[in-house]
Order: sequence, then C-alpha cells, then structure tokens
Amino acid sequence: MLSAREKELISEIWERLTPVAEDIGAEALLRMFATQPGSKTYFSHLDISPSSAHLRSHGQKIVLAIAEGAKDISQLAITLGPLQTLHAYQLRIDPTNFKFFSHCMLVTLAAHMRKDFTPVAHAAMDKYLSAFAAVLSEKFR
Amino acid sequence: MTQYTLQAHRPSNRCLWEGRRVALKVASGAGDLQTCTGKPRDSKMVEWTDFERATIVDIFSKMQYEVVGPAALARCLVVYPWTQRYFGNFGNLYNAAAISGNPMVAKHGTTILHGLDRAVKNMDDIKATYAELSVLHSEKLHVDPDNFKLLSDCLTIVVAAQLGKDFTGEVQAAFQKFLAVVVSALGRQYH
Repeated sequence: MLSAREKELISEIWERLTPVAEDIGAEALLRMFATQPGSKTYFSHLDISPSSAHLRSHGQKIVLAIAEGAKDISQLAITLGPLQTLHAYQLRIDPTNFKFFSHCMLVTLAAHMRKDFTPVAHAAMDKYLSAFAAVLSEKFR
Repeated sequence: MTQYTLQAHRPSNRCLWEGRRVALKVASGAGDLQTCTGKPRDSKMVEWTDFERATIVDIFSKMQYEVVGPAALARCLVVYPWTQRYFGNFGNLYNAAAISGNPMVAKHGTTILHGLDRAVKNMDDIKATYAELSVLHSEKLHVDPDNFKLLSDCLTIVVAAQLGKDFTGEVQAAFQKFLAVVVSALGRQYH
C-alpha cells in the first residue's frame, strides 16, 4: 500500500534519475549479474560486459519503463500492458529474477543517492518495485 | 576445490599454510580429504576466494559500527514494519523518525553488527561460530529466520550508501555471500 506522500517521493526520485537512466540501469544489471549469475542466462544474445553499448541501452530501457510507471502508479496495469505481454509470451523470465533485479536497483540507488536514500525512500521504492514486478508478471499464467 | 598433495619431505601432517584450510589428497586417492591437521574435511565447507576474504576484512576494518548498526536495524524496522514484533519493549517505534531516533534501537543495532565480528574472524567455520547464537534466536528469542535475510538486505543497502561507488558489483557479491553464510548458520539450529 503506497501513501500519497510515498507516490510523490517515488515519482520525484525517478524524474531526477531519468537523465542518468543509462548509468543507473547498466549498474543495476551489472550488480545482478555479479550476485546472481543465473540471471546472465537471459542475456546470451547480448554483450553484457561493463560499459558495453548493449548493457547501457538495455539498462536505459528498463529504467525509463520504471520511471514512466512512477508518473502514475495507479495506472500501472495500463502503462505496463505491452510489457506484460512481452515478458509473458516472449521473454518468459522466471519471476524470482524480478526480485533480484529490484534488490540490485535498491543497492544502486543507495550507492548513488547515499544519505538521500532514507529509510522512508527505501521503503517506498521497495514497495513500488514489488508492485511493478507483480504487475509485469500478471500475464505469466 | 584446491587439493594439494603431501610433499614427501614434509614431516607428518604439518602443512605449509598454517592456519588456512588446505585439503590434502590422501594416498588412496578416493573421496577422503583431510585438512592439514588431519581432521576430516567437511565437504560442505564454504570456499572463499582471496578477493572475498580481503573484501570482507576490509569492509569490517573500516566499519563505523555506531553508525551502520543503528542505521541497518532502524531501516529494517521501517522498511519491514512487521519486524517490530520482536521489539515490543523498545518504546516509541511509531514512525520512521521515532525509529531512527530511538536509543534502544541504536544500541541494539550496534550490538548486532558487532555480532558479525566473530564471523569475520572465523570465516572458515561460521557454522560452528554461530551454533549457540542460533539456539538463542530459536529457543529464547523465537525469531522467524526469514527476518535474518531482511536485516541482511538492509545492512547491504546501508553499507552501499556508505561506500558509494566503491561498493562495486563484485564487492556486493562478496558481502552478500558472507551475509548469506551468516544467515544460514543462524538458522541452522532451528527445529
């Protein structure tokens, strides 16, 4: 359950991070690959070495989708419709990976925002990313 | 898994790397492995790379316990409010500000973090190191072991905020592996 204040906080943070979406996205992905080697199996078709163009562009796509969703969280199911279909029928990523990625995104935010990543911001962001992952996996079965 | 053959000129079982776990291949060749002290090697012992050992020692040597401990516990109580169930006598946990300013939370957070020191000093036998603490958490404190993972995630994030870009993906992996071993050891004596 997200309060109005938390929704504000979340959309503020993602608006601030949109200009560095590539950096944030690439870093979160790299953290996931380092801590959960199994997640790399979904990227055998891409070059996921640090600072590779594939990694940065893919990271950017993910962050921009998360930022877009944050603009109106109550409409997540609508905003994510196409992505739901993509993940369910084409990508078919095991949903535990969404948890790993969300955690690595939180670590990335902590490393970048440092003191500004307060417990309240962390709680709000954790809730948002969980909701995002849940909506994303809705069409899986 | 590294195995070293016993050098013929070495007296008895005295190994070159005293104090470090070294597996010696016994003459029979088959599964039996012995440490340099002759004790049977637990086939499930955790393997640490040099990088992992150095990273853990480094992080804890620079650790500001009175900052990180309180911050990690407070964060856990804020982000996962159901964990407050174990702290009924800690006074005001009503909101994030109250939790972050609560002196009992601060004191306990520091205590918990110092509890990790023993694991840092005994990385090759964390299981045994925490056997007693595991019994305590199970029999006396009745803490659901899932909570250990929640706290360790919060600790990871606090350390990430402290170290910034120095908390690279590789450092994160080493730190999380260490905490996972600790969490597993703490949950081991539950029945």
